[in-house]
Amino acid sequence: MTDLINPPLTGNGAHGTSVIDIIEHREHAEHGPTGILKWLTSTDHKVIGMSYMITSLVLFYMAGIMALVMRLQLATPNSSLVSFAQYNELFTMHGSLMLYLFAGPFAFGGLANYIVPLQVGAPDMAFPRLNALSYWLYLSGSITMMMGFLVAGGAASFGWVAYAPLSNATNSPGAGGDIWIMALVLTGFSAIFTGVNLVATIFYLRAPGLTMFRMPIFTWNMLVTAILILIAFPVLTAALVMLFCDRHFGTHIYSVQGGGSPILWQNLFWFFGHPEVYILALPYFGIVTEVIPVFSRKPVFGYKGMVFATLSIAALSTGVWAHHMFTTGLVLLPFFSLLSLLIAVPTGIKFFNWIGTMWRGEIQFSTAMLFSIGFLFAFLMGGVTGVMLASPPIDFFTHDTYFVVAHFHQVLFGTAVFAGFAGLYYWYPKFFGRTLREHLGKWHFWLMFIGFWVTFMPQYIVGLLGMPRRVAVYPSYLGWQSYNIISTVGAFIIAASFAVLLWNLWISWRKPVVCGDNPWDAHTLEWFTTSPPPHHNYSHLPPIRSERPTWDYNHPEAPAVGHGEGREPHRRDKVTVGQ
Amino acid sequence: MRIEALVLIGVAIFFGIVGAVYWFTSYEDGGTMMLVGTCLLGLLPGSYYYWWHRRMGDRPEDRPDATVEDGAGEIATFPGSSIWPFVLGMGAFMLVLAFAFGMWFFFPAVGLILTALVGVTAESRRGGHV
Ligand code: HEM
Ligand SMILES: [Cu+2]
Repeated sequence: MTDLINPPLTGNGAHGTSVIDIIEHREHAEHGPTGILKWLTSTDHKVIGMSYMITSLVLFYMAGIMALVMRLQLATPNSSLVSFAQYNELFTMHGSLMLYLFAGPFAFGGLANYIVPLQVGAPDMAFPRLNALSYWLYLSGSITMMMGFLVAGGAASFGWVAYAPLSNATNSPGAGGDIWIMALVLTGFSAIFTGVNLVATIFYLRAPGLTMFRMPIFTWNMLVTAILILIAFPVLTAALVMLFCDRHFGTHIYSVQGGGSPILWQNLFWFFGHPEVYILALPYFGIVTEVIPVFSRKPVFGYKGMVFATLSIAALSTGVWAHHMFTTGLVLLPFFSLLSLLIAVPTGIKFFNWIGTMWRGEIQFSTAMLFSIGFLFAFLMGGVTGVMLASPPIDFFTHDTYFVVAHFHQVLFGTAVFAGFAGLYYWYPKFFGRTLREHLGKWHFWLMFIGFWVTFMPQYIVGLLGMPRRVAVYPSYLGWQSYNIISTVGAFIIAASFAVLLWNLWISWRKPVVCGDNPWDAHTLEWFTTSPPPHHNYSHLPPIRSERPTWDYNHPEAPAVGHGEGREPHRRDKVTVGQ
Repeated sequence: MRIEALVLIGVAIFFGIVGAVYWFTSYEDGGTMMLVGTCLLGLLPGSYYYWWHRRMGDRPEDRPDATVEDGAGEIATFPGSSIWPFVLGMGAFMLVLAFAFGMWFFFPAVGLILTALVGVTAESRRGGHV
């Protein structure tokens, strides 16, 4: 039983010990599990979140190695490094790992799990054992997915979207496809459980005074992402189960011969797939919305605008699912192109607010801030080309060319990688009470930033020249090779930047730089407790009077800002606040 | 609970409208079903929360002027550690392998899942874990 919200001195009797101390004490005194058993039985959201992050980073590196093999293959026109079939397996697994097992779980399973309970002042997630189950489903789903490479016939090779009829038993026989389906069923349940858990945590375990409109934007975005997950993932899981039945139990849900319809798969899949793009993006928007204000030394500009932009992005993203079927000609184009163009509006508002937060702030170019700015550039470029793709005439022309590959990499890499690593550098001190090496972080950033543009800009050009995606070889007389070589070189620059990250993690672990509880002078509640936080997170809480309780507590001279109406930077020498 | 309820009711309203537009412009049943389902997904918990808010009023976390003392008291029981999520997860893993590789995974899978369900229920009733 935890009686957490009591401030230590009014709470529990004569000795002024808080209940937390008592719990800690009892757990250590009792036969608490140790070693690996401690990990296997842990229901602490911090342990689970950390496990999620480590697992998903391992999968990110694996998917990155697959990308390098593909880029090597494409550096020469008729390369025979891998066979056609192997190339198909590689891009399918690269895409599936990156999207389902890295980008989603890193932010939603990892960072959110660790940070959201801290940001709302809760001792743990609402359902700690369900949370642990989510992780074990995710881990076993990931292992299942990787087993695809071990079975006869190889891993799944129908692309990350598994279009019917390509994914049926005739066109994709073998266990690889089944394994892929089952892996996604497991991770799908894992995501749904985490979604339920986050919604309950945010609705029921907030600290007194922490109203909905005082929640950090990161938590808001995680709430909205959780709702999107609850909308989208059940549809995916159901669609996958039906696909499995088609493959094994003789149903004909997606096949024309049996009276079913292959378009149904696309219809179901994109009802998941389009929100999925934003399920991947919104958590990362949340990260940069935490980082930018802290390193601009200002409250976030347009707090409520941010919240409503998040809500409308979420709504529109589910409404526009059918725009992916432009080229099949089955849906009402005007309605869906209107909705997909509309999504540019809330996204634009967010962009404007990020710039507005930096405007006239005292910007500190820490590594986390650099990654956030890198995100802004990448996302801007991806957004512009995305609006181009959303208009049907251009989509007919560029569909399934490298233009599309370049576009979605700019968006996905911009969010999951740039913003994701902004989050890692920003919260690493929270996890360990130590910092990562800043100068190595800057090497990581600049190498990655350069590599990113070198890799993906040539792909736009080669896409406009007509190079189709998902090909292992291409003719040598079309002038595509030079662009592909540049792109491959870029990919290796990116790889080098991730070697720097590994070195940084290693050296910062071996030779720690201790940094105290709140090295960035940050705003939100999670920085109020110690770094790393104790078991059950808080021994006492500050009064919460604005969206920045920790800042208010540490800067009593600066007036509290409610609902983001402050626009002037809070300088420490000269307080200029136009409330 | 008011804002929480309104977020979910907003989901219901939005998907109600989109669902209606979709149905009357396409008469396509698959997509309409999904949109109606999503509308209900927002409506059911949303209206429950709203009813709850009307009955119970504001909690300390809904009041901007609440103090730390307002939230005093026991908030919930949190299990300290438990092996059952792991056992249940491994059961699900085996079940999935049974579908991919054959039925000899099936029986250990069901065994693990049942053990875990019994175990987790007993653990909750004992309430022994802090
Ligand atoms: C290190 C940087 C990366 C490189 C060099 C790279 C390279 C590639 C290549 C060569 C392909 C195959 C394109 C084709 O033949 O059609 C591909 C596909 C793909 N990549 Fe990446 N990628 C990188 C990072 C990422 C990231 C971070 C994500 C997502 C978070 C991602 C998601 C995807 C997806 C979804 C596909 C499509 C798979 C499919 O067609 O089914 N990639 N990537
Ligand atoms: Cu889309």
